[in-house]
Amino acid sequence: MRAGFDPAIVWAVWMRNFTVYRRTWVMNILPNFFEPLLYLVGLGLGLGAYLEGPLHGPAYVAFIGPGLMAAAAMNGASFETTYNMFVRMTFSRLYEAYLGTPALVQDVVLGELLWATTRALAYGCAFLLVLLGFDLAGYRVVTSWWALALPPVLALIGACFALIGQCFTSLIRVIDLYAYYYTLFLTPLFLFSGIFFHVSRFPFGEQIAWCTPLYHSVRLCRGLSQGAVGLEQLVSALWLLGVSAVLFAIVPRRLRERLVR
Amino acid sequence: MAECPGGSSARAAARPARRTAPRTADDAPPVVLRARGLRKRYGDLEAVAGIDFSVRRGECFGMLGPNGAGKSTTMRMIYRASPIDEGSLEILGLEAAGGHNDRAIKRRIGVVPQEDSLDQELTVRENLEVFARFYGLRGETGRARAEALLAFVKLRDKAEVRVGALSGGMRRRLMVARGLLSEPELLVLDEPTTGLDPQARQGLWERLRALRRGGTTLLLTTHYMDEAEQLCDRLVIMDRGRIVAEGAPRALIAAHLPPHVIELHMDTAGALPEAVAALGDAIERSELLSDRILLYLHDPDAVLSQLAHALPEAEVLVRRSTLEDVFLKLTGRRLEEG
Ligand SMILES: Nc1ncnc2c1ncn2[C@@H]1O[C@H](COP(=O)(O)OP(=O)(O)O)[C@@H](O)[C@H]1O
Ligand SMILES: [Mg+2]
Repeated sequence: MRAGFDPAIVWAVWMRNFTVYRRTWVMNILPNFFEPLLYLVGLGLGLGAYLEGPLHGPAYVAFIGPGLMAAAAMNGASFETTYNMFVRMTFSRLYEAYLGTPALVQDVVLGELLWATTRALAYGCAFLLVLLGFDLAGYRVVTSWWALALPPVLALIGACFALIGQCFTSLIRVIDLYAYYYTLFLTPLFLFSGIFFHVSRFPFGEQIAWCTPLYHSVRLCRGLSQGAVGLEQLVSALWLLGVSAVLFAIVPRRLRERLVR
Repeated sequence: MAECPGGSSARAAARPARRTAPRTADDAPPVVLRARGLRKRYGDLEAVAGIDFSVRRGECFGMLGPNGAGKSTTMRMIYRASPIDEGSLEILGLEAAGGHNDRAIKRRIGVVPQEDSLDQELTVRENLEVFARFYGLRGETGRARAEALLAFVKLRDKAEVRVGALSGGMRRRLMVARGLLSEPELLVLDEPTTGLDPQARQGLWERLRALRRGGTTLLLTTHYMDEAEQLCDRLVIMDRGRIVAEGAPRALIAAHLPPHVIELHMDTAGALPEAVAALGDAIERSELLSDRILLYLHDPDAVLSQLAHALPEAEVLVRRSTLEDVFLKLTGRRLEEG
């Protein structure tokens, strides 16, 4: 990569976003506590009561809790690098302004990536706090010291989804196409990544899900929360790292073609 | 508070003011920007079709031309927002072609792009403080620089206002302040006054003059000839990607046209009236437009009475030749037409 990164500029991009969000920080973070509560009470306690067998009642709360935490990180990162990034790149001409400074495209990409990761981490950790609250109330959602590794893993999940969003953003010209990204990509992931049921109940479910990022995110979060850490979790972490690395090599080049003409 | 923020006044003090010390070829200030055979194409369109020009330190250099002439494309190549297809472009001693010096070049120049790109979600002060970080100015240093620039562009009393609430002139001044955050040796402005009302234009010109007095080299584009005449020491006129004329405003006019113009406004300006033809050699050049005839000449007094007598129905106006006339002569089009 030509001329590498300038850490001060990467930080400046992060700080610009933080300056905007600082004003509404408290307001922004509150919904992140309600959302997990709604899912855990509505689906975990509500639906879980009808289930029979090993996922009955409180066990269903423990089953879906960690996966929903992974989805929260996914959502936190996705919004930043889809709609928000598109607006900054086009309508508000913010990237044009950045590129009038010593900033190069890769600094902007990395600054936005770190910011989106920060938001994913905030969403994910808010969810984790709610899960720990359920633990205090007697549910067995987070039961292992491995949970200490959750924040970095939430950041990794955030980074991976931030890069997928950036990649999509670098390819599209009209903002309406994000409707497809959300309904045809993120929503199916949310439903078919093993958060609510084992994907193996569909033919090739496991194999198909293995190729998608949220499946690995869920597997990691569930394993770390409940102490079932093994080769699967290692593979999932490497999967997320690998995909992130590949995208990080592609995205700055794509955006440079778009912004520097 | 000094007239000019920070280092530019220090630089100015370090060398004699250009205006008070008339220069000869030998002690001319060094060249800070030199383009040679600079080219840029977009598909089949040659936006910049091989141009050569150079800008010396401390001068205000203008690029005048209609819309689509290639001014912004040239500016974008200079501030490294656009790759160079062909030719060379040396900026402050660094070669821009190839892109290897992008970061180094961008650290030393200031940029005011054509389109408004202020951060709508931030206040006036935040706009400067946030962008100061891009130049490595953090904390107190960044705040102090922002404060000095707010004073310089006369926006201190608007410091805590959201950008959306500013008038067009204020937004432009804030764009200029943002371009000055790095205390640049060279400030590049792309159509800084387009769309502003006359007062706002005057206000901006006055700030640009203050900068030039402080020693900052200015490179600006415009499609207003009065702006070019007012501000620029030297300029080039661009049209369809090429430079069609170059020089100091008055010298440029003198080189291409006689000093005076008689404008004959009349309803039926289809052909040159015989009365004009009869004036013979006194008229050095004539131009037929849809609603008037332009007569270029050295001595208007001598022919005015003759014209008034021969063409009593025509409205007659005498004025000095302008850059617009030069452009008209060179391209056969008017600047505003594009
Ligand atoms: N990114 C681009 N893609 C295609 N054509 C462009 C692009 N930028 C400018 N042009 C074309 O290049 C020509 C010169 O444009 P520009 O440099 O903006 O002119 P000016 O600033 O003098 O009005 C115009 O015909 C314009 O349409
Ligand atoms: Mg332009």
